[in-house]
Amino acid sequence: MECRVRSDYNIRLMIRISDVEKHFGDVTALDKVTLSVQRGELFGLIGPDGAGKTTLLRIIASLMIPDAGSTLVAGHDVVKDFAKIRQMVGYMPGRFSLYQDLSVLENITFFASIFKTTLEENYDLIRDIYVQIEPFKHRQAGKLSGGMKQKLALCCALVHRPELLILDEPTTGVDAVSRIEFWDILNRLKAMGITIIVSTPYMDEASLCERIALIQGGHLLSIDTPAAVAASFPHSLFSVKTDNFFLLLTHLREWSATFSAYSFGEYVHFTPTSETITERDIMSFLVEKGHSETHVTKTQPTIEDSFMYLMMKKQNQYAG
Amino acid sequence: MRTIGYIIQKEFIQIFRDRFMPKIIFLVPLLQLLILSYTATFEIKQTRIVILDNDHSVESRKLISLFQGSRFFSCSLDVEGMEVAERLINTRKVHQVLVIPHGFERTMINREPVTIQLITDAVDGSAGALRSAYAQSIVQRYSLDINTRVTGLDIKPPLVATWSFWYNPELHYTTFMVPGILVLLVTIIGLFLTGINLVREKEMGTIEQINVTPIRKIQFIAGKLIPFWIIGLIELTFGLILAHFFFDVPILGNPAIIYLVAAIYLVLIMGIGLIISTVSDTQQQSMFISWFFLVLFILMSGLFTPAESMPAWAQIFNRINPIAYFIQVIRLVMLKGSGLADVSHQVISLSIYAVASIVIAVRRYRKTS
Repeated sequence: MECRVRSDYNIRLMIRISDVEKHFGDVTALDKVTLSVQRGELFGLIGPDGAGKTTLLRIIASLMIPDAGSTLVAGHDVVKDFAKIRQMVGYMPGRFSLYQDLSVLENITFFASIFKTTLEENYDLIRDIYVQIEPFKHRQAGKLSGGMKQKLALCCALVHRPELLILDEPTTGVDAVSRIEFWDILNRLKAMGITIIVSTPYMDEASLCERIALIQGGHLLSIDTPAAVAASFPHSLFSVKTDNFFLLLTHLREWSATFSAYSFGEYVHFTPTSETITERDIMSFLVEKGHSETHVTKTQPTIEDSFMYLMMKKQNQYAG
Repeated sequence: MRTIGYIIQKEFIQIFRDRFMPKIIFLVPLLQLLILSYTATFEIKQTRIVILDNDHSVESRKLISLFQGSRFFSCSLDVEGMEVAERLINTRKVHQVLVIPHGFERTMINREPVTIQLITDAVDGSAGALRSAYAQSIVQRYSLDINTRVTGLDIKPPLVATWSFWYNPELHYTTFMVPGILVLLVTIIGLFLTGINLVREKEMGTIEQINVTPIRKIQFIAGKLIPFWIIGLIELTFGLILAHFFFDVPILGNPAIIYLVAAIYLVLIMGIGLIISTVSDTQQQSMFISWFFLVLFILMSGLFTPAESMPAWAQIFNRINPIAYFIQVIRLVMLKGSGLADVSHQVISLSIYAVASIVIAVRRYRKTS
């Protein structure tokens, strides 16, 4: 029976994390995190800097030992069976971690050979990425541009054909065009059957994942598809704009009818405490406060709105 | 085994691609060997001495002429009075002052003992002692001579020691220093470069990428240490060739013994370098800790001052000082032609020490945090 259960996990789940905790001195980096990632899924870990994304990914990659809880990758415990995990995981840290003084080709060859494989053997997997850096294959990695470094790092992480690819903020500091390219690559890798868990601080990238987990202060706030996370926003949401952006934010935050107000591009996203409040009420409040050119429209909540809402709810929970 | 080979290959590419590493490995030791072995000397070339002759007699002039005749001394006779002489010694213009008292000749002819005063600047202790000994030997010679002349008897001193210096008959300082400096070179390679190299992976973050691979820590450590072990032995060869053909330092014993001991010693010192790298996060930290141990080990090792004259606690400390063992062995084998049996104590001690240091280092090294 025991065996059946384990093989079930093997089939369905790539990552299974239960009640994982990690503390650094007084700081709690992860607090009872529970999370599962399906095989073949493109899973996003979304949260601001310092939320605990890197810590969680390092635990999954068997680089860090959690203080409590269990983490299974393809049914293997990350603490006890770390040797098995390192055979099947490709990890790309947030900071460029290849040898800067080795050339592109030397880096790839080195990482291929320590996995007892070659570039040729897994060429089909990384061809799309490799052809882009091939013109620079004899250049030292330290002398590549940011986007090229990114691609080289991805090549090295993939060269042993991992089942699970762990990417820690791969698009941080990368230009907009390269970011779009990078997500295209991830989708192609997913199509080849590789499970991907990727962290990012950019909310707009969340919608490119199949499922996402919102993380803040070491807590998982929500785990669902991007659409479901956005739709989970429980209140009405208004997009507000006037001639004086700064005073607008100040006035809305002072208003007794305000649940939350935060800047969202050139607009302020406003949520009232009560569903009975309408565009008209907001408009008249603002006019009373001396604003002109006032625009108020009801708007569809995004993932970022859900994130802000969940974050405030969590904070209020602690405050209360 | 193949994996270790790939790591070694990578290390050598990195070492020789680095702008500084090849220079540090080959140029710095060469310069060190040349400069240190020429300048780290105990020999006193010139002693400036002021002689205050308050007697102005035939005998006092005879004594002075003995000093003038010695190639070790350059004499000043025209200094007026003790105060001036003192000032000269205080300002370090002269090294010694010899005061011949008034009535020097008369007292001696009356066959009464005479005292002359010899003042030596001993700020540099060992140089002061040597200068004092040189001056005393001249006074001694004069004293025998006057005895003969005054008594008219050719009195021979009852006891004369003839001496010879074995294994280094002419007391060449290069012969003494060069083997010690070879030890220093090997130590710098083993301790500094290993420590820095490992910490650099940490500092650059590359260790993250290595840690997530199936490389076992023993493979990684072996792959890291073997290149420097090889470089250390090449460096030793380089040094031995220089020592023998350039400094004429004899190599009386079997060079194979030197290599055996060097091979063991390198493992030991690289183990210490590895331990240092596990406790430091940056290359600077690793440098500082390495320096601390290097200076401590060298000063106590007997490279510059004889270990036998150190206090008892220091001699006990030297039992765990790897540099002391290696210096003993290399001097014994090179200068004395000692065989393996003669240095078995050192070889066994170093072996035990090497195993201990590498075991501790490997145990301390962690792939996960």
